[in-house]
Amino acid sequence: MARRELPEINAGSMADIAFLLLIFFLVTTTMDTDGGLTRKLPPMPEEQLEDLPEVKQRNVFEVLVNANDQLLVEGQLMLVSELREAAKEFIVSNPSREDLPEFKLTDVQFFGEQYPVSKQIISLQNDRGTSYEMYIKVQNELVAAYNELRDELAMNKFGKLYNDLEEDQGDAVQDIYPQRISEAEPKSIGE
Amino acid sequence: MSKFRKKDGKKQPGISTASLPDIVFMLLFFFMVTTVMREVDLLVDVTTPNATEVTKLENKALVSYIYIGKPMGALKKTLGEEPRIQLNDAFARKEDIIQWVEMEKNRRDEAEIPRITWSMKVDSDTKMGVVTDVKQELRKANALKINYSTREVDKITD
Repeated sequence: MARRELPEINAGSMADIAFLLLIFFLVTTTMDTDGGLTRKLPPMPEEQLEDLPEVKQRNVFEVLVNANDQLLVEGQLMLVSELREAAKEFIVSNPSREDLPEFKLTDVQFFGEQYPVSKQIISLQNDRGTSYEMYIKVQNELVAAYNELRDELAMNKFGKLYNDLEEDQGDAVQDIYPQRISEAEPKSIGE
Repeated sequence: MSKFRKKDGKKQPGISTASLPDIVFMLLFFFMVTTVMREVDLLVDVTTPNATEVTKLENKALVSYIYIGKPMGALKKTLGEEPRIQLNDAFARKEDIIQWVEMEKNRRDEAEIPRITWSMKVDSDTKMGVVTDVKQELRKANALKINYSTREVDKITD
């Protein structure tokens, strides 16, 4: 009998094996990319501070959210969709207006010495009954206000969006619009 | 004329499936690379709220998760509807957070500790009370870099 060549291994089932693995990964996969609003919590005060640094009323943008998810901004009822513009107006401030924040002349790289930086602080206070959804919406709008202002400034000065700037340019923009969102020490008023 | 004679009598050849494994393997590798296996079994229902200004978490290894939400399906009967805190694989009370933070810190290199992000995956129906409590505990435990997990959308409504 003549010697026959060894038959090739049938690779037809390779596809089945690969399909099996593929389906396994398809099922177990979770495509969600993790993201969110990053915040820095203030460290716990060592002891009860009696003399907190005084902050002038005009430098503080007061945002209150009550248990019914209603928004009170600087004493006025407001919708979430209006908050961004209001916050932006406040953060930029205007030298000719008494009710908006004061300016502090600061040296900022690229922008020259004695650049007027507004002394804005946003104070956010919520009730224990506020829904988390509402809280995130408010936080989101405030962050958005800062981001938009930074983008506008970066566009004017460098012709790029804030996120595309070089590190030192980004720092300079950040020096002009520092994100100052302060959350008041939680109060428990009638839960 | 042999050119034409070939045609009759013979069937059309089937499409070769030899490249099928290659295609499937390509897909397989794509999913293998992009896949993130769920590390914990969720005991609470978490639907994170929507936001537009989302920053991505860069280093997955340096993220610890806190879940807050209503107990899931079958657990509802025994535990009720109150939002619960879940750390790793088990329910926890807010008093347990400080200890858990220490454990999570010990799991990592000392140099990396300040870079740990504490991601809060909170259900959007939760009231702020429990979230505030958790935040206070995190402050006590000196875990300050937090992240409110949200889904990214183009626009949020009132």
